[in-house]
Amino acid sequence: MNESDAVSSEISRREAIRRVSALLGGIAFAGGSRLLAALEQPRPPINGAYGKFSAEDIAFLDEIAETILPATKTPGAKAAKTGAFIALMVTDGYSPAEQKVFRDGMEKLDAAAQAYKVSFMAANSEQRLEVLNKLDHEQKRVMDARALADRHKPAGADTEPPHYFRMMKELTLLGYFTSQIGCTQAQRYIETPGRFDPCLPYVAGEPAWASHA
Amino acid sequence: MESANYDAIVVGSGISGGWAAKELTEKGLKVLLLERGRNVEHIKDYVNATKAPWEYLHRGGRTYAMEQAYAVLKRDLLNEKNLSFWVNEQESPYTEVKRFDWFRGYQVGGRSLMWGRQSYRWSDFDFEANLKDGIAADWPIRYDELAPWYDRVEKHIGVSGSVEGMAQLPDGQFQPAMPLNCGEELVASRVKTGFGGKRRIIIGRVANATQALEGRSACQYRNACWLGCPFGAYFSTQSSTLPAAAKTGKLTLKPWSIVTEILMDKDHKRASGVRVLDAMTEQSTDYTAKVIFVCASTLNSTWLLMRSATDVWPGGLGSSSGELGHNLMDHHFRCGAEGRLDGLDDKYYYGRRPNGIYIPRYRNLFGDKREYLRGFGYQGGASREGWQRAIKELGVGAAFKDETALPGPWMFGATGFAEMLPNHANRVGLDTTRKDKWGLPVLKIDCAFGENERLMRKDMIADMAEMLEHAGARNVETYDHGSYPGMAIHEMGTARMGRDPKSSVLNAHNQVWDAPNVFVTDGACMASTACQNPSLTYMAITARAADFAVNELNRRNL
Repeated sequence: MNESDAVSSEISRREAIRRVSALLGGIAFAGGSRLLAALEQPRPPINGAYGKFSAEDIAFLDEIAETILPATKTPGAKAAKTGAFIALMVTDGYSPAEQKVFRDGMEKLDAAAQAYKVSFMAANSEQRLEVLNKLDHEQKRVMDARALADRHKPAGADTEPPHYFRMMKELTLLGYFTSQIGCTQAQRYIETPGRFDPCLPYVAGEPAWASHA
Repeated sequence: MESANYDAIVVGSGISGGWAAKELTEKGLKVLLLERGRNVEHIKDYVNATKAPWEYLHRGGRTYAMEQAYAVLKRDLLNEKNLSFWVNEQESPYTEVKRFDWFRGYQVGGRSLMWGRQSYRWSDFDFEANLKDGIAADWPIRYDELAPWYDRVEKHIGVSGSVEGMAQLPDGQFQPAMPLNCGEELVASRVKTGFGGKRRIIIGRVANATQALEGRSACQYRNACWLGCPFGAYFSTQSSTLPAAAKTGKLTLKPWSIVTEILMDKDHKRASGVRVLDAMTEQSTDYTAKVIFVCASTLNSTWLLMRSATDVWPGGLGSSSGELGHNLMDHHFRCGAEGRLDGLDDKYYYGRRPNGIYIPRYRNLFGDKREYLRGFGYQGGASREGWQRAIKELGVGAAFKDETALPGPWMFGATGFAEMLPNHANRVGLDTTRKDKWGLPVLKIDCAFGENERLMRKDMIADMAEMLEHAGARNVETYDHGSYPGMAIHEMGTARMGRDPKSSVLNAHNQVWDAPNVFVTDGACMASTACQNPSLTYMAITARAADFAVNELNRRNL
């Protein structure tokens, strides 16, 4: 088989997958696009790691997420495997520029724990909370100032990547509150409500309804 | 062997094509329904309809790879959950002279699977507008001619809504209305007393059944319509018109069938059939019929006309008027205001209502006179904020988490949906330098909003803020997220109806002036946009045209 045959056979394989995906419908597209990605840029899975994120990275992200959303009367972000979700979303969802901000941010966050002469992983939960509280104030200051400066920019204009801790916080909230634990234990999830009651008494402390789609 | 000979051929199986197939088969015609994309079987193929949020790899969001593959869809609707219902942009490109967001669904059912379901009648304020303003071409029909067809459509598709007696938004054959929630009731009651009774907040009129219909359950308040409904509770081709057409035994549905051109009789006064390219095998087959209904969606219908009969009219079938491809329109939207409602923190709701509020047009009506022509309505609603509010808030740790899991403050927000004026300069044509996957020259779109639209947006923003202030909302914030033609997915025009073959492509019965057995009954036929969502009107126009076509066939006029 010469080189051009190899290329055309590769194209027809991809085409075949596309068509099978189309024939099978929506779920197959997600599967189909993953198959395509596997064909186009092989990415060996490493012990549940994603892209450039190692198992250690994911453990690190789990601890950040758990500090933001710890176990209380309901399970925390770590139980909901939020670290792995963050790694997946950064790998699959972020642009190369955003990925760099995020990766550099992981190092900056670890360095911030040096105020206590420990790494973030070695810090106790009070220390972790203080580190993240500081970073949270920093990201809010940066992002609020930017929102103010950008308010006259046309809609859809290119914006620079968010502060890395805004990224971490957003992905933690998204990962947790759309997880099975976040939907069914932290919030209330009803797949098929069956009716609509427009105005009911709300008793303080009742969790929010999780959305469907 | 399968027949190549039919009484009628319908091109496109979406909202309009489904209606054409239903009406023509029920009137006894043998119909071939052609769809360029794959088949989507009712319920069975709604593969994500009952998935929980956590069952999606990316929780329903978008990936960087998806954004690269869907450069157009990513401007608004791109998501993981119903991606398979949106067109493959690599296979089917188009050329944007100016930005035009063309969001397409190439499958059986078309965009009836993902549509917003808001269903409003137009009134004579709309049908008479071009004539009164002295612009574009007068609509060749008036409300009275369409009203019985609105009745017929609403009864079949199931539209829930409230009877309001408003001249600018005629009442219809409604199923029981969905209720306003307590936040919406609060704002509605205060707005009602504040603006001389001219501004009214009503529940959206929506093609979600609140009572069961044949083969369809009532709405289960899941608010996942855009994935396909396993209860068949909202109108789609699959839930409503396709089963009705299939029941007659007169329907042949052929997916993967790209109509490359309409074939003409030797004398060129009428069409003889269509040429179909099989999207999978790329084999070409001709089919003949007495009448052709072109319902491929606004721009696809015009694209097909432009590829047809070019040996007689170089610009394509219907181009003798000089108006084919011209007067492309869409609604403009994505601006308005939102604010926080106090005093309802001890109130919540149950169920996910797939519908919001509607504020019918009040500008340039009943003595109001603005510096622009026409007007706008609003769509929106009230709800308690979810966990997403916490992204911008300060906080980490246990108290932050537990607070975030509770329902947030009540918010009310709405966006205007506004009329765009017809303009000959807004046009589409063939880009002969570029071909799609099947070798067809792609469509080139050159369309922009004008000064009238820009002037109107000031009111769309200021009026909503004014209503919220009047209703006692706090922290009222206005916004304009920007709107580009196409984005509202209400693209209309390019083969307009009219009274004169010199200024319109279609006559009052949607017949192409130059080929009376070719009917175009989708959004392409529209001579103006009004500000109401247009799909209900496409359905009524299609049913009316189908009735006319069958009568003409029976009288041997076609």
